[in-house]
Amino acid sequence: MIRVSSPYLLLALFGIFVAVLAWAVEPPLSRAAESAEEAGLRIATDAREREKGFGNFTASLNMVLRNKRGQESRRELRLQVIEVEGDGDRTMFVFDRPRDVKGTAFLVHAHKDEPDEQWLYLPALKRVKRISSSNQSGSFMGSEFAYEDLGASEIEKYAYTYLRDEPCGELECVVVERVPLDRKSGYSRQIVWFDQEELRVQQIQFHDRRDAHLKTMVVEGYQMYLDRFWRASKITMTNHLTGKSTELHWLDYEFGTDLDVGDFTKTALKRIR
Amino acid sequence: MIARFPVALSALGLLVSLLATGAHADNGIIDYFELSGRYSPETRLYPETPAFPDQRSHASGFAAEITAYMEDDEGRSVTITPFYRFDAGDPERTHADLREAFLLLYGDIGEDEWELRLGVDRVFWGVVESRSLVDIVNQTDLVEHPDEKTKLGQPMAHVTLSGDWGAVELFALTGHRKRTYPGRHGRLRPALVVDHSLTTYESQNEEWHVDLAGRYTGSVGPLDIGLSAFDGTSREPTLLPMLAGRELVLAPYYEQIQQFGLDTQLTTGPWLLKLEAIHRAGAQNARLDQTLNYEEEDYAAFVLGGEYAIYSPWELDSELTLIAEWTHDGRGRWATNAFENDLLLVARLGLNDEQSTEFVGSVLNSLENSSRVLGAEFKRRLSDSLSLHVEAAAYVGIDENDAAYVARRDSYIGVNLDYNF
Repeated sequence: MIRVSSPYLLLALFGIFVAVLAWAVEPPLSRAAESAEEAGLRIATDAREREKGFGNFTASLNMVLRNKRGQESRRELRLQVIEVEGDGDRTMFVFDRPRDVKGTAFLVHAHKDEPDEQWLYLPALKRVKRISSSNQSGSFMGSEFAYEDLGASEIEKYAYTYLRDEPCGELECVVVERVPLDRKSGYSRQIVWFDQEELRVQQIQFHDRRDAHLKTMVVEGYQMYLDRFWRASKITMTNHLTGKSTELHWLDYEFGTDLDVGDFTKTALKRIR
Repeated sequence: MIARFPVALSALGLLVSLLATGAHADNGIIDYFELSGRYSPETRLYPETPAFPDQRSHASGFAAEITAYMEDDEGRSVTITPFYRFDAGDPERTHADLREAFLLLYGDIGEDEWELRLGVDRVFWGVVESRSLVDIVNQTDLVEHPDEKTKLGQPMAHVTLSGDWGAVELFALTGHRKRTYPGRHGRLRPALVVDHSLTTYESQNEEWHVDLAGRYTGSVGPLDIGLSAFDGTSREPTLLPMLAGRELVLAPYYEQIQQFGLDTQLTTGPWLLKLEAIHRAGAQNARLDQTLNYEEEDYAAFVLGGEYAIYSPWELDSELTLIAEWTHDGRGRWATNAFENDLLLVARLGLNDEQSTEFVGSVLNSLENSSRVLGAEFKRRLSDSLSLHVEAAAYVGIDENDAAYVARRDSYIGVNLDYNF
């Protein structure tokens, strides 16, 4: 009969039973089978998808730059953004302060797969100048924000890893690490806290190329527009190496304006006020 | 120049009333009004003894510019910018100009967009840093700065049609402006004084000849392209020596010219590669013939070069930009400017700090002779509305065959304090 091998057979049967059980039970617990990379990408993609479909908006942005001794300087600008189907957003912004750069304007055509196009308008010379978009890690107007910290985070520009769930203030957060794929980025990695309910960015820790914790960005005062879109009213970036910080105050959000892509051309850049 | 002001003022009145009428049709209000401007006390010192008698060793005074902008609820706008410069050293440098006074309208045509600017305006064409080569719509306000980049307002009708394919612009220009020149007491001037009362034109209509210009600009990925054409009164006069009483002076003569221009830039990574080129017909060169007239010579000129940016040099959160440009003029030694065959090298360090501190060092080297112009600049914002600008230029080893020979003793240091509001 099968006497000699029965302990092995029992073991084998038990093994098959466990395997079948595992197979049968696994689908509802998909998160368990999903790798940390897949989970990170899924969360980031979900968060990005929720931002889409706003059409266009205009807003004002006041920046307060603070140095280690607490001395302040201010920047004021206005911006307009339009979504382009299948491509990155187009953004135009114009400075009001400081006064020496009043009227200076930028036009950015962001792209998913190729370098962004950027033009600068210098009102004293009436000159439009195409500028390089490769200085991502450079400071934006002397602030603690680099160019790469501003604008929408296109999914294609990072590799993601899910880290953990944890409370963040009064909310429950999901924590995801993202590694910039562009070697010109100033960061080795970023750790992003999204609140679980709405997948809004609550905090980002930026690690520099030597993996030192360089900066922390905290986002506050979310408000909902058009019943769908969450926009922050205050974003604070603190540089832990220099002790300097920059506050962004977002004001006067207006969605559904009559802007079209014709308002985001070099010709339009020359007439923006 | 002052005589043109009544004309400009009545044009201005017309613009404002046009806007007011337009606004009345739809609820009758100017929706938005804004005043802004700049007041800049300036002093420039020339430490070397002058090359010509009567030239002073300083230029001190101020410039003031105010812009009034008004817009109705349909987006139609009027912009008015008067400018005034006072100089205690050179009375010819004291001047007023209407930099802008135009009505701006725009709208959609299907997928594309149109724009109309009517009135006095300034227009810039080009990509390079060393000189304005293709740029021809506006007259140079030469007394402002020897770099020839400051422009006088020009009356025009300017139509733009733009879309994803680029933009086409058409210009009709009249009311030709005379180039400004430093006077007897001024530095950085020709050997003889320019007498504007002796100005003549090739066109029978003199300054009221209607000049026509057109331009196409477009972007394809990393490449920006501009093509332009101009047919009309030259902005650059031929300066003819002439006796006025007992004094030999220079009489400006403005020819009719045709110019084709190309300006293009390739933007890739930290590199900007640039080319500007023109072909000009109908202008005279700098060679006097036996009848004491200059020769007419059609010519081509170009500027070829680029910029390279180094981010965070020496571990600083700053940006270092290196610029090299080769300027060439087909007329060689009979070129009417100092760019017949020269190499410009510039290093610009922006500290990227709250004050936007910037240092610039440059050298313009003749490839034909020993002439060399060294430049240094420092810019820093002092407060929200105050900025400091220090600039120095040194003319070194200027060859007597070089067009810059007249400026050989005009090295200077200038300080500007800009109050912006």
